[in-house]
Amino acid sequence: MSRHRGLQLESHKAQPFEQPLLVAPPPRVATMALDQGSGEEAEAVVEPGHSVRVGTVIALGRGAAAGLHSPVSGIVRDIGLRPTVRGTGRCIVIESDGHDEREAGMAPLDWRAKDSTALLECIGAAGVAGLGGAAFPTAAKLELARSTGAELLLLNGAECEPWICCDDALLREQSAAVVLGAQVMLAACGARHCIIAVEDDKPQAIASLESALSSAGDARLEVTVLPAVFPLGAEGPLVAAVTGREVPHDGLPPQVGVVCQNVGTAAAVARLVCEGLPVVSRIVTVTGSGILRPANVQAHIGTPLADLVAACGGYLGSQHTLIAGGSLTGRALTSDAVPVTKGLNCLLVATPADLPARGAEMPCIRCGDCAGVCPAGLLPQQLHVAAQADDAAALTRFGLAACIECGCCDYVCPSAIPLTARFRAARERQQLRERERRRATDARARHERHQRRLHEQAAAERQAFDEARRRARDVDQTGD
Amino acid sequence: MTSPTTSPPHIVAGFTVPRVMFQVLLALVPVAAVQAYLHGPRLLWLIAVAGATALACEALALRLRQRSAGPHLRDGSVLVTAALLVLAVPPTLPWWLVAFGTAVAVLIAKHAYGGLGQNPFNPAMVGYAVLLVSFPLDMTSWPTPGAEWDAVTGATALDTLRTSLRQSYTMQEIFAGPAFGHVGGAGSEWINGGALAGGLYLLARRVIRWQIPVAVLAGIAVPAMLAHGLDPGAHAGTAFHLASGATMLGAFFIATDPVSAATTDRGRLIYGAGIGMLTWIIRSWGGFPDGVAFAVLIMNLAVPLIDRYTVPRIYGHPRK
Amino acid sequence: MSGTTLLPAIGMAATLAGVLGAVLAWVAARLPADPDSLVEKIDALLPQTQCGQCRYPGCRPYAAAIASGAADIDRCPPGGDSTARALAALLDRRPRPVDPQYGVTKPRLVAVIDEDRCIGCALCLPACPVDAIVGAPRLMHTVIESQCTGCELCLPPCPVDCITMAPPGTRSSMSDEASVAA
Repeated sequence: MSRHRGLQLESHKAQPFEQPLLVAPPPRVATMALDQGSGEEAEAVVEPGHSVRVGTVIALGRGAAAGLHSPVSGIVRDIGLRPTVRGTGRCIVIESDGHDEREAGMAPLDWRAKDSTALLECIGAAGVAGLGGAAFPTAAKLELARSTGAELLLLNGAECEPWICCDDALLREQSAAVVLGAQVMLAACGARHCIIAVEDDKPQAIASLESALSSAGDARLEVTVLPAVFPLGAEGPLVAAVTGREVPHDGLPPQVGVVCQNVGTAAAVARLVCEGLPVVSRIVTVTGSGILRPANVQAHIGTPLADLVAACGGYLGSQHTLIAGGSLTGRALTSDAVPVTKGLNCLLVATPADLPARGAEMPCIRCGDCAGVCPAGLLPQQLHVAAQADDAAALTRFGLAACIECGCCDYVCPSAIPLTARFRAARERQQLRERERRRATDARARHERHQRRLHEQAAAERQAFDEARRRARDVDQTGD
Repeated sequence: MTSPTTSPPHIVAGFTVPRVMFQVLLALVPVAAVQAYLHGPRLLWLIAVAGATALACEALALRLRQRSAGPHLRDGSVLVTAALLVLAVPPTLPWWLVAFGTAVAVLIAKHAYGGLGQNPFNPAMVGYAVLLVSFPLDMTSWPTPGAEWDAVTGATALDTLRTSLRQSYTMQEIFAGPAFGHVGGAGSEWINGGALAGGLYLLARRVIRWQIPVAVLAGIAVPAMLAHGLDPGAHAGTAFHLASGATMLGAFFIATDPVSAATTDRGRLIYGAGIGMLTWIIRSWGGFPDGVAFAVLIMNLAVPLIDRYTVPRIYGHPRK
Repeated sequence: MSGTTLLPAIGMAATLAGVLGAVLAWVAARLPADPDSLVEKIDALLPQTQCGQCRYPGCRPYAAAIASGAADIDRCPPGGDSTARALAALLDRRPRPVDPQYGVTKPRLVAVIDEDRCIGCALCLPACPVDAIVGAPRLMHTVIESQCTGCELCLPPCPVDCITMAPPGTRSSMSDEASVAA
């Protein structure tokens, strides 16, 4: 793949830094979504009426979902459907008693004395998940890296998407925590060195990080500065840009010796070892032309976004689109009652000026601009034709599965074709077809077994009948 | 509070088809200006005729196909087709032939195949080819440069070169003739200069990408250089070829029509090189003095094959 | 054309045709189309419901019938129009929609046994072409939902009509409600 294919966009990241990092108060009602961004739900272990404290386990990790801990002390009021980033989802609703009592037994960890297995257990029990957005359990990822023998820990501080600057704020203010978190992760997964990748539009973050590194004096850690190109912060392009190796299309980064983690995740691990506190808060960028005082906010998980908006001075103007994420890959929200999750990095309150309207869709003129910016090396113009024809073979041949849905092709298309949406829909249809095909293959195998069983049964019955007849004849003969 | 929702990505660059088309028209101004200066303002009248015919045909075709005409009439793609056709034909052509050629280009080469984005052949070149084959005499009489407007017509430099070579004149004698200028055909070299200027503008504004023009020019230049090196008496050199006929117009404006060209970067290099080489071959040994139009049409035929075999490697897939 | 050029021309054309025809016949003999592989390819496109609506006892016999030309490609309602189109593309024929006399294309349904009414007669067990019903005489029978193809062959044998067709997932939500009500 050609490095640094993508877009150079206006970053819109300056405004939130006119304020210092805000610390939002804990919410009166914490809405803890069981799906914190990974797509899978954790298993609730509390019921309405239970009392909880800060750090109490309220859900157990399951598959791609990490465990969940209460960010406030109070009483569980309800477990049910609430508005979430994905529309609606099952949430544990906790009413705070305002005391913020911590769970007993939370203490700093002597991480240097623990072996990697013990460290992974602690990280897993603390519900540390990918704070970059995927919310995948960090312990599972590090465990895979350890068993595959990955030798490089790649910390992602690139933050390439416009408007989002929470990682920038984290690096400016809490670089020491990121460095400590990196050291703990190195011990947990057995990697030999760590590269922290930051884009070049964050000079203060880079300076802060470098001074934290020189204080720590650990030669295994270093900073790499990348050009500010979207989507260089996505896992695939990032690994290629930093190491020159490509992650195989049907595999994961540990196969090329790399494990990626977000810098926010590293900071969460640092907080765990320093205070014993599981993941109950994160930094969220609240920005957009529709916010009075854009800022980065250290917010508790479960805080309704409306509270964060209020902390930033409230809405400006009347026409907004609420987007969870950045302007290229963020999800539009219908309500500001949606709570903060581990995977939510930014609330973009956009006005029509921020989001220029797309023109009417015209036919594709085969200009090839989309192929020129695709970071995955795909041909969106061919995929578009294949998606319109719903041609499964062509979609596979042109590599629909490799699409990371970054939106670059959409951005440059002069015919205003909604390519990303079409590819998403085509992908879902492909998955449905795959599922149908697997079901049909299973059914055929079972039918063949059924036929064989019937033949064997019939053969056995015939044999038994012949046996019986022969015995009867023998008896007759001997009887004579 | 409810708010209007959009689907990611939520922002777009704002390039539109009309903007691309109007940039191309802007880049054609130098060429048109030079040609009008050399051959008279009748060119502008022909451009107007062609433009009006093109818009009328587009509106008719869209009505027949039961599509809304508004957005397509405003996108400027037919105007580019009309302008290219007028710049390719001799400026002495009767206006009804220009209208006929434009009508063929729009109705048959574009709309019969499905309209914008669907034509496998370059519409302007289809119109040109139909005119050339149907009205060969009108189409090969170019005004001699410097003569009074629409007074004297004669053969172009390329045409003179071929016929004179057959009559065994030497290269030096041929180049001393009135049809030749400093480097290429008299007048023609200025037209090519104007096209080059326009083309460089389009490259700078990123409206076209470098693969096709560079490949076309290389495709003409390399064989010309080799042949001229091997047999200077029988073949003209690189500079002549690059500065005569429709070379620059073809390289920067005609071959770069995105709909009928190859769609991958590597494919475009092959496509452009093919056009260049075919142009040189047709000029040297073919039946027509300038081969750009037919070279483009022949390579249009090859585009699906080129596209099939130049699919780039996808990230994460093995390097073959 | 004079006689001197006509005869040689005819002779040459005839010879060419003969030679090329012989070459084609030789190639066809040396590389015969594998009839079995065609049946495999057709069978791979069928939905494997094994319902018999095509009037053949299962998908493979139907595939063999299509390959031999005994049956047309429009007989499979569970496959629907998309299967008919895929078959047409494979066999290079005109696509046609499913013929309604063989059945109607329905969304995927699975058989659900009403446990309150099942009498444990085990008559439905052998009827299932994919052995998706679990049970034994005088014991409760149940349909394994993930293995049911929706062929409906178990409905006729049941003497108490306790089997119904329902969308997948109905059974689990039913049991959720049952446990909540309990």
